[in-house]
Amino acid sequence: MFELWFGIVAVMFTAYVVLDGYDLGAGALHLVVARTGDERRQVLAAVGPFWDANEVWLLAAGGALFVGFPRVLAAGLSGFYLAIFLVIWTLILRAVAIEFRSHVGDVLWRAFWDAVFSLASAALAILWGAAIGNVIRGLPLGADGWFALPLFTTFGTTPPVGILDWYTVLTGVFALVALVGHGAVFLTWRTDGPVHDRSRRIAAALFAVLVLLWPAVTIATQIVNPVLFPNLAGRWMAWLGLVAAIAGIVAVFAGLRRDRGLTAFLGSSAWIVGMLVATAACLYPVMLRAVPDAAYSITAAAGGNSAGGLRSALGWWIVGFPIAIAYFVILFRVHRGKAVAAAEGQGY
Amino acid sequence: MDPLFWHRFQFAFTATFHYLFPQLTMGLALLILVMKTLGRRPGGEHWNDAARFWIRIFGINFAVGVVTGIPMEFQFGTNWAGFSAFAGAVIGNTLGMEGLFAFFLESSFLAVLVWGEAKVGPRLHWWASLALFAGSWLSGYFIVATDAFMQHPVGAQAAAGGVLQIADFWAFLLNPWALLQYAHTMVASVVTASFVVAAVGAYYQLRGQHAAAARDFLRVGVLSGLVASVLVAFPTGDRQAKQVARYQPVSLAAMEGRFTSGPYAGITLIGQPDVTARRLDNPVEVRGLLSVLAYGTWHSNVPGLDAFPPADWPDNIELLYYAFHIMAGLGTIFILLMAASALRMARGRLDRSPALLWTLMLAFPFPYIANTAGWLVAELGRQPWLVYGILRTGAGASPNVHAGTVLFTTIGFAGLYLVLGLLFVFLIGREIAHGPRAGLEAAHV
Ligand code: HDD
Ligand code: HEM
Ligand code: HEM
Repeated sequence: MFELWFGIVAVMFTAYVVLDGYDLGAGALHLVVARTGDERRQVLAAVGPFWDANEVWLLAAGGALFVGFPRVLAAGLSGFYLAIFLVIWTLILRAVAIEFRSHVGDVLWRAFWDAVFSLASAALAILWGAAIGNVIRGLPLGADGWFALPLFTTFGTTPPVGILDWYTVLTGVFALVALVGHGAVFLTWRTDGPVHDRSRRIAAALFAVLVLLWPAVTIATQIVNPVLFPNLAGRWMAWLGLVAAIAGIVAVFAGLRRDRGLTAFLGSSAWIVGMLVATAACLYPVMLRAVPDAAYSITAAAGGNSAGGLRSALGWWIVGFPIAIAYFVILFRVHRGKAVAAAEGQGY
Repeated sequence: MDPLFWHRFQFAFTATFHYLFPQLTMGLALLILVMKTLGRRPGGEHWNDAARFWIRIFGINFAVGVVTGIPMEFQFGTNWAGFSAFAGAVIGNTLGMEGLFAFFLESSFLAVLVWGEAKVGPRLHWWASLALFAGSWLSGYFIVATDAFMQHPVGAQAAAGGVLQIADFWAFLLNPWALLQYAHTMVASVVTASFVVAAVGAYYQLRGQHAAAARDFLRVGVLSGLVASVLVAFPTGDRQAKQVARYQPVSLAAMEGRFTSGPYAGITLIGQPDVTARRLDNPVEVRGLLSVLAYGTWHSNVPGLDAFPPADWPDNIELLYYAFHIMAGLGTIFILLMAASALRMARGRLDRSPALLWTLMLAFPFPYIANTAGWLVAELGRQPWLVYGILRTGAGASPNVHAGTVLFTTIGFAGLYLVLGLLFVFLIGREIAHGPRAGLEAAHV
C-alpha cells in the first residue's frame, strides 16, 4: 500500500509539472516571444483555458499527499514555511495577471499584467526546481520529526543548510530552463505566425542548453547526495524513466526540426516525466531525507497513513482519477487547434 | 508574542476573505443555470442576455475565489502542521476528493462558460453552466464536510502514534453535522447571490437604464431571495441551533450569552455580555423561547456557562455572542425585506416603489456580513477545540514556526488582499457600469 500510494502521489505531482509546466514556461516566455498586442493575446489564448485546470493538479496532488502521508505534508509545508508563502503569493499574482489582463483595454494596464505574468511564471519555475533540490539534498529533520529552514545560510550544502544553496539554485535554474523549454515547445505546437517561429527557435536553443546542464546537475547531485545513484541498481522504474527522458529529448529535436509541434511537445513531456520518475524511484522509500543524521529521515511507511486508511482512500481515488483525465480529454478537444487571439472583449 | 494567536488570526483572516467570493460563486452558479434554462424556451432570449451579464461577473468573482482558496489549502500544512499530522489521515480524504471531484470540474469548464458561448454553441454552453454549478456545489460539500469533522468528529478512531485514522469512511463522509451545515451554508450563499442580483436590478431600475434587464434581475433576485431567506432560517438555521444545543451545549450558552442554567430560557434580542462579571447587561429577551427552540418545551433546562468548567468555554464569548445575534437578526430582516418586495412585485408595483428599490440596492452587503458572522459563530463556538472534544486548538499549530514569521506573512496577505479587493471592486464596478447588452456579439464589448 505504501508503495502504491507513493506511486500515486508521484504520478499526480508529475502530472502537475508536465501540465502546469507548459503554462509556466509559456508565461515566462510571454514578453519574449509575443511582442504586439495580438501576439500577446495569442499566447494568452493558448494557456488561458488551461491554466486553472493544470494548477488543480497541484491541489489534487497535495490532497493525495495529505491523505497518503500526513506527516510528510505537515513536516514539509511547515518546515519550508517562508518558501511556501513565496510560492503562494506568486501563484496569486500570476493567476490574477492572466484573468484580469483582458478586462481593461488600457496599454499600461496590459503591459503591467504581462510583466507580472512573465516574472511570476519564471519565479515559480525556479522555486519548484529549488524545492526538488532541497528534497534531494536533505533537510535538517530532528528526532521530533520537524525541521525549519531559513531562506539561505552560507550557500554551502553542509549544515546548517538553507532553502537556497549552490545546489538548489542550480536545480532551480535547471528547472527554469526545462520548463521554459517545455513552454516554448508548447507554443510551437499551439500557435502560428511569428509567435510560433520565435518559440521554435528558442525551444531548440533551450534544449541545447539543457543537454549541457544535465551532466553538470547529475555530478552535483552525486556530490550532495551520494546515496541516491547507487539505488539505481535495483530500480527498473528509474531505468525506464531514464530511457523515456533520453527518448524524449531526441523527439524534441526531431519534432522541432521538422516543425511537428505535437511530437516535440510529447517529447518534452516524456523528458520531464522520465526525469521525475527516475528521481522518485531512486528516492523511495525516503520521502524527506534528513541531514546530517539519516536516521531521522521520514520514509513512506513512517510518514504514511495506516494501511486501512490508504485502502479506503484508494476507493475514491480510483473513481476520481479517470474522471479528471476525462475532463482533460474534453478540455483539449474543445480548445483544439492553433490558438487564435480572441476579438477584443471576447476572450483572454 | 504568542504564535498561536497569529496562526489563528491569519487563518481567520484568509478564510473570511476567501469566503467572500465562493458564497457568490455558488449562489450565482445556481441563478445563472436558472437564467440559461429560461433562455432556452421560445421567447426567452432576454434571459440569455441576463445570463451573459452575470457570467461576466461570475468570471471575475471566480478568479478571486480561486486565488484566495489556494493559500487556504497550503495553510493546513504551513500553519496547522500539528493538526495535519494528527488528523490528515481523515480530513485528507475530503480535501483530496474536493480536488479530484470538484475543482477539476469547475476549472475545466470555466473558460467554456465565460468565453466559449460563441465557440461551442448554446447547448454545450448550457452544459458548461451546469458543470460550474455542480462543481461549485460539490466543492462546498467537501469543504463543509471537512469543517463538520472538526465540529463533530465521527467515523474516525485513534491509531498508533496518537493520531486519527478512518474507522468508517461513509460515516465520516455523510456526517450528519455536514449534511445540515451544508444545507444551511448553501441556501445562505443563494441569499447572497439573490441580494446581489436584486441590487443590480434595483440600481438599473432607479437610474432608468436597461429596463428589460432591470425587470429580469429583480424578478430572479427577489423570488429566489425570498425562498432562500426563509429556508436559511427555517428549517436549516433552526436545526443548526438544535444541533449545537445537542452536541456543543457550551457553545450554545456562549452564543446566547447565557451564564446561568435553568428552565424557561429566553432568547435575547439585545444585550451585552460581560464575561468578567458573568452577566448580560441590558437584556431584552423573549422568555422561554430558547428552551422551546433548542429542546421543544418551555420548561426545558438550557445549561448556561456555569454548567461547564471555564477551561472548556469558547475563548471569545463576546464576539461569538455578537456574531450570532447579527446573523440571526439579519436573517429575520432579510425575510421581511424580501417578502415585502415580493408582495409589491406580485402587484406589479415594485418598479414604482423607490423606497423599496433603494433598500434592495443598498442591502447587498448584509448577506456577506451574515455569512461571515455565521462562520465566526461556527469557528469561535468550536473553541477551545480544534477537533471537538479530541484536540485542543493549541496542539494543532505548527511547532516550528515563530510568531514573528506568521505576523510577517499575515501582513503580506493583508497588503496583497487589499490590492486584490480594490482590483475586484474596480472590475466589477466597470461591468455594472457597462451593463448588459442584447445579443451574443454585442455582449462582450
Ligand atoms: C445569509 C447568511 C445567513 C443567515 C441569514 C443565517 N445564517 Fe446561520 N450561518 C450561515 C449563514 C447564515 C453560514 C455562513 O452559512 C454558517 C457558518 C457555518 C455554517 O454552518 O453556516 C452559519 C452558521 C450558523 C450556526 C452555527 C453552527 C455551528 O456552530 O457550527 C447556527 C446555530 C446558525 N447558523 C443558525 C442560524 C439561524 C437560527 C438563523 C436565523 C435566521 C441564521 N443562522 C441565519
Ligand atoms: C469560509 C468560511 C470560514 C470562515 C470565515 C472561517 C473562519 C474562521 C475563524 C474566524 C477562525 C478562528 C477561530 C479562532 O481563532 O478563534 C477559524 C479557524 C479555523 N478554521 Fe475556519 N472558517 C471557515 C471555514 C473553514 C473550513 C471549511 C475549515 C476546514 C476545512 C476551517 C478550518 C479552520 C481551522 C483549521 C482553523 C484553525 C484552528 C482554530 O482556530 O480552531 N475553516 N476559521
Ligand atoms: C478553509 C477552508 C477552505 C479551503 C482550504 C479552500 C480551498 C479552496 C481552493 C484551493 C480553491 C481554488 C480551486 C481552484 O483552483 O479551482 C477554492 C475555491 C472555492 N472554494 Fe474554497 N476553500 C475553503 C473554504 C471554502 C468554503 C467554506 C466554501 C463553501 C462552503 C468554499 C467553496 C469554494 C468554491 C465554490 C470555490 C470555487 C471558486 C470560487 O468560488 O470563487 N471554500 N477553495
